[in-house]
Amino acid sequence: MDFYLAALLQGLCFSGLALGIYLSMTIFNIPDITTDGSYTFGAVTAGVLLSQQIPLYLIIILVLFAGALAGTATALIHTRLKINPLLAGILVMTALYSVNLKILGRSNLPLLNAKTLFDTVSLSANSNVNTLYVLAGMVLLLLLLMSYVLRTDFGIAMRATGNSENMVRALGVNTQYMKIIGLAMANALTALSGCLMVQLQGFADINMGIGIVITGLGSVIIGESLAAVLAIRSIPINLLIVLAGAVIFQFVLAFTLSIGIDATLLKLVTAVFVLLIVSLPRLSFKQSDD
Amino acid sequence: MISFRQVEKIFNKGKPNEVVALKPLDLTVADGDFLVVVGSNGSGKSTLLNLVSGSILATKGTIYMDDVNVTRMPDYKRSRWVARVFQNPLLGTAPDLSILDNFRLAALRTTSKKLVIGSSEKFRQQVRDKIATLGMGLENKTGQLMGTLSGGQRQALTLLMSVMDDLKILLLDEPTAALDPRSAAVVMQTADKLIREYQLTALLVTHNLKEAFQYGNRIIHMHDGSVIRDVPSAEKQQLRDTDLYQWFQ
Repeated sequence: MDFYLAALLQGLCFSGLALGIYLSMTIFNIPDITTDGSYTFGAVTAGVLLSQQIPLYLIIILVLFAGALAGTATALIHTRLKINPLLAGILVMTALYSVNLKILGRSNLPLLNAKTLFDTVSLSANSNVNTLYVLAGMVLLLLLLMSYVLRTDFGIAMRATGNSENMVRALGVNTQYMKIIGLAMANALTALSGCLMVQLQGFADINMGIGIVITGLGSVIIGESLAAVLAIRSIPINLLIVLAGAVIFQFVLAFTLSIGIDATLLKLVTAVFVLLIVSLPRLSFKQSDD
Repeated sequence: MISFRQVEKIFNKGKPNEVVALKPLDLTVADGDFLVVVGSNGSGKSTLLNLVSGSILATKGTIYMDDVNVTRMPDYKRSRWVARVFQNPLLGTAPDLSILDNFRLAALRTTSKKLVIGSSEKFRQQVRDKIATLGMGLENKTGQLMGTLSGGQRQALTLLMSVMDDLKILLLDEPTAALDPRSAAVVMQTADKLIREYQLTALLVTHNLKEAFQYGNRIIHMHDGSVIRDVPSAEKQQLRDTDLYQWFQ
């Protein structure tokens, strides 16, 4: 049982990542893979600051800022220099690896005695359960905030930017500016995920972001498939389903490990699982019409 | 009022594939004019329209709107005066947003989009009333996604969306080219009605000579990047439809 609780906690830590990918991929229709870099950027920033006993609220603000900076860099390269967003993301991600290593000073930083977000309140004697409460509160806050923003006039303009750029420009929206804000928000959320994960696992590692984008993509795609099956259009419920996708994704990985698959094969299993999820709606036993 | 002073547009200037899309042009469209632009493909009609909307910028010359120099102003800033209906019905609306959200955005064309939820019940009623004027029965479906509607319905809604906020200039870029004759008629009648009702200055680019004959109070004929005929209001009324067909013989 503890095994699945750990998976649930991980899934909740990834909710920022999932929402970030949802924002860039689904709302803005931009394949942004700055993610691997900005996740670690958030993680190492949090790790170093935690080890210096900086106040937690300040750490969270700085982490969000760091992520936003990474997203802005990608967005500027994409919009100003007209470079393909995938390439822009790869460039920033690559550059961030060095930045992260410089910040961390070494490849791994344990945080054994640091006071984390999960120690700030004590709602349960069981530390895992306590962590669950804190994470659940945090995720709920993110969910409410995001669903509010997406329903505002600004949010409608955001959603329309990825949907019909010509129209949005004709309606007086600077779409370049919109994309910069969008990617900044997406990567700030991703960095927050890294920050939470560092506190959950108790160490920061330079390689913890490698391939993390697939976790976000997997979560969003599971969520999207569910939303499509259930024909859901409400924004808050859609976001909730994306978060559920992040948790389901971790459960599947936990299950894979529990049946005794070699841990070194985990990334392969992850990739195959995401491929399955993506292709399931397209696989049909009948001949396709198109 | 829109005025072009020696406006020229050259694509790929200085390269082997250089195209002179618009030769230096002086053109003034008075307030309340409904100007129809005809011409064969590549004559510069769409370039002219895009220069007004700001989606492309002039190579030389100056463009004024209400005495403001807008030559270097990008499209999203010109939206203060200008709304546009695209040839492709899919471009003028956001398919994955509800009809209501599309109208909300259109209602904010000239102002900033703030971090507040703006679709009040009053606003929803206003949208429903406006849509009811089309007589398409869409007024009770404002929660439906725009993408589920037909091209004709979307084009008609795009027109209505343009007058949700202050509007001076309406650009119609072959708005009926992708529509069946019946939907085309509905769209053009709606456009004509709105242009009169809101006293708009309008530009209609069309290949449909029947439309060109039927609508507007001034017509220009473009060829090879220049205006080769300019028929003002009084003379346009005298014009017979066969005259128009002869221009293209």
